[in-house]
Amino acid sequence: MTTEHTANQASLAPVQVKTKRRLPSEINILLVLIGIAIVYEILGWMFVGQSFLMNQQRLTIMILQVSVIGIIAVGVTQVIITGGIDLSSGSVVGMTAMIAASFAQSAAWTRAVYPSLTDLPFIVPMLVGLGIGLLAGLINGWLIAYTRIPPFIATLGMMVSARGVSKWYTKGQPVSGLTDDFTFIGTGIWPVVVFLTVAAIFHVALRYTRYGKFTYAIGANVQAARVSGINVERHLIKVYAIAGLLAGLAGIVTAARAQTAQAGMGVMYELDAIAAAVIGGASLAGGVGRITGTVIGTIILGVMTSGFTFLRVDAYYQEIVKGMIIIAAVVVDVYRQKKRKT
Amino acid sequence: MPNPATVSPPTMAAVRASGAVPNAEYLLTVENVRKEFPGVLALDDVSLRLRRGTIHALMGENGAGKSTLMKILAGIYTPDRGEVRLKGVPIRLQSPLDALENGIAMIHQELNLMPFMTVAENIWIRREPLNGFGLVDHRRMRRMTADLFKRLNIGIDPESQVRDLSVANRQMVEIAKAVSYESDVLIMDEPTSALTEREVAHLFEIIRDLRSQGIGIVYITHKMNELFEIADEVSVFRDGRYIGTHKSSDVTREDIIRMMVGREITQMFPKETVLIGETVLSVKNLSLNGIFTDVSFEVRAGEILGIAGLVGSGRSNVAETIFGVTPATGGSIEIRGRPVRIDSPTTAIREGMAFITEDRKETGCLLILDVLENMQIAVLQDRFVRGGFVSEREVSAACETMADKLRVKTPNLYERVENLSGGNQQKVLIGRWLLTKPRILILDEPTRGIDVGAKAEIHRLVSVLAKDGVAVIMISSEMPEVLGMSDRIMVMHEGRVTGFLDHAEADQVKVMELAAR
Repeated sequence: MTTEHTANQASLAPVQVKTKRRLPSEINILLVLIGIAIVYEILGWMFVGQSFLMNQQRLTIMILQVSVIGIIAVGVTQVIITGGIDLSSGSVVGMTAMIAASFAQSAAWTRAVYPSLTDLPFIVPMLVGLGIGLLAGLINGWLIAYTRIPPFIATLGMMVSARGVSKWYTKGQPVSGLTDDFTFIGTGIWPVVVFLTVAAIFHVALRYTRYGKFTYAIGANVQAARVSGINVERHLIKVYAIAGLLAGLAGIVTAARAQTAQAGMGVMYELDAIAAAVIGGASLAGGVGRITGTVIGTIILGVMTSGFTFLRVDAYYQEIVKGMIIIAAVVVDVYRQKKRKT
Repeated sequence: MPNPATVSPPTMAAVRASGAVPNAEYLLTVENVRKEFPGVLALDDVSLRLRRGTIHALMGENGAGKSTLMKILAGIYTPDRGEVRLKGVPIRLQSPLDALENGIAMIHQELNLMPFMTVAENIWIRREPLNGFGLVDHRRMRRMTADLFKRLNIGIDPESQVRDLSVANRQMVEIAKAVSYESDVLIMDEPTSALTEREVAHLFEIIRDLRSQGIGIVYITHKMNELFEIADEVSVFRDGRYIGTHKSSDVTREDIIRMMVGREITQMFPKETVLIGETVLSVKNLSLNGIFTDVSFEVRAGEILGIAGLVGSGRSNVAETIFGVTPATGGSIEIRGRPVRIDSPTTAIREGMAFITEDRKETGCLLILDVLENMQIAVLQDRFVRGGFVSEREVSAACETMADKLRVKTPNLYERVENLSGGNQQKVLIGRWLLTKPRILILDEPTRGIDVGAKAEIHRLVSVLAKDGVAVIMISSEMPEVLGMSDRIMVMHEGRVTGFLDHAEADQVKVMELAAR
């Protein structure tokens, strides 16, 4: 009915096709971010007696805390756009943190995992970490594309196994004594730089490359994509491999930032990353999602956590409220989508 | 699931419960029913009368309105106008459950059983016999099922899982389920389409048995011989209109065909004379296991080959196989005399093919994406891309030119395709493929569900393409379209080619005779 209505309106419009972009849908989610910030600002003056936003240190820490989530979320967003899901990214962070760190130990450290392989140049642990992440992603993608098991199950299996690898690797011992060369990437503002660079690269990739166009097409209608000549299987492997690669990168940054690696790193990160993508407007049904939205979604998660701490809200309440805010964000979005259709 | 107590028309339920059913001559009457969908008038002033203890066949071409009428009787659709009467009492069905409780049961073409549950559980679902603790009494349920099967002469183990049953046996279970509701009216939609000859014989035995118990059966079929074998009466529909009812002993095959196709052929398709060139596509003994066998034909540059046949004849499957969606299990394909192996749409596109699928929404449009994204997706395989980057300006310009040329009515290229009308969606898909500059164009139901104006435009467009030397294969259920547009018509029936007709010799009766033997 409603589509007919629009169609009739369209038929009255001149046939001459105009080229004009719609207002990007990220505006809405940006308004939500600003709204949350303003609420904290007001509550800050009311209850804490200081400004929430006018504190550069707080803002820096806030973004630093979520930049690892953000790196993962960039990969997860692409998976979600294809209509899939990646539950393994948090575990892959833990696994790559452990393995990469084991190649980044200094000779001064007496309990190195590989005593003969110490003081290696930065590039070695970096490539090892990225390689491990990529491998995990390739396995996910291969399973989903060729065995046709649902992404939920394939990545659930990877989530459990990758976590197992990170525990088995040193029998639960942390990997410490990392070289300054390696930990450099986790110092200062570097994690944020990595996050925003990755976001920029894949924003461009999704918007302006064939890779991006095919990703959206598969998510919008996988059968139509196949009939249009897209090699769906090969493309899905690419997307999951990229998600794995980015989880690997996040693992490296995590270990570098903590100056040590532990088997429990990255637990639940996958859920935060999915939340960031969904808050940013990605649809789990596929075909919809943007990196800019995901970046804003990530920052919203950061602002929420930081704001709670700032207002000295009990940590227990924080999680309860965070869950509700995630749901509220999506409910609002679903409602908005429905309204636009009718 | 709606609460039955609130949706069921209480009067009729009470009448049924009392057993004092008004003794009407007709079990079921449909009078002047009209049903309109956005853009399509599916039923226009349709009537039907079903006598007690008869088998009443419904016939008509694809899109004649049979299925819509059946869905009204089964409570899936409600009519816009008109009346349905059950044993003389007007009823207004609100849901399939409602229909079932009023004694109307429908056996769908795609069976609606739960594969991981047992036969008995499927039949008595929602009505399971309970024991003293309020738990399901499986023993009693099994006995009830066994009794039911004995009555119908069905030999299926009530405890077997539905997924282990053959299609024929699943159908038997559906019938038993319908009978278990003490239904007076049984609607069957092409029940024999997936059965072997022996299974059909058994099914007919059961149907005759039900008839002798006074049940009225509405039997939708495309098969002429079944009509004469089992039906007592036959009603014919055409283009959403009721044409007539006859005793099946009073009519001949030819009468039925004439009623189905009508006589008037509109001169909507001024056929352009095109110089027909060399053979572009040659298909030899193409087969797909269990779907179609030994399909051979040639299409030449500038030629439009129409493929006619009823739904289920394998027309669309042939197109899908040529395009590599379901690679062939036998036979060969040659393009310009060169043998090619087409195992995916990607290779088909590389060979210069384009395929506009039957189901716009399922396999065509990227509904939630915009016009531009929909149009460019196929051409990006090998054009407008440099080093992975899409040359946005060039591709938008090409899409814009194409959209103007095809006269796509859209506010701009950034409109979501789901907001366009069916005709404009189809134009977007045609544009998607024309951008790839195909030499072989396969169109499956190119004008289904779109309005007359857009239809004519699409026909004109196809003619122009043929003139430019494109080899066109056009599958269509619309007889005037096939007859008007095609240089030659290939007719299929049950997975086989039953004949070719030239433009000059083809008429509706000849096509129908080949399509419904």
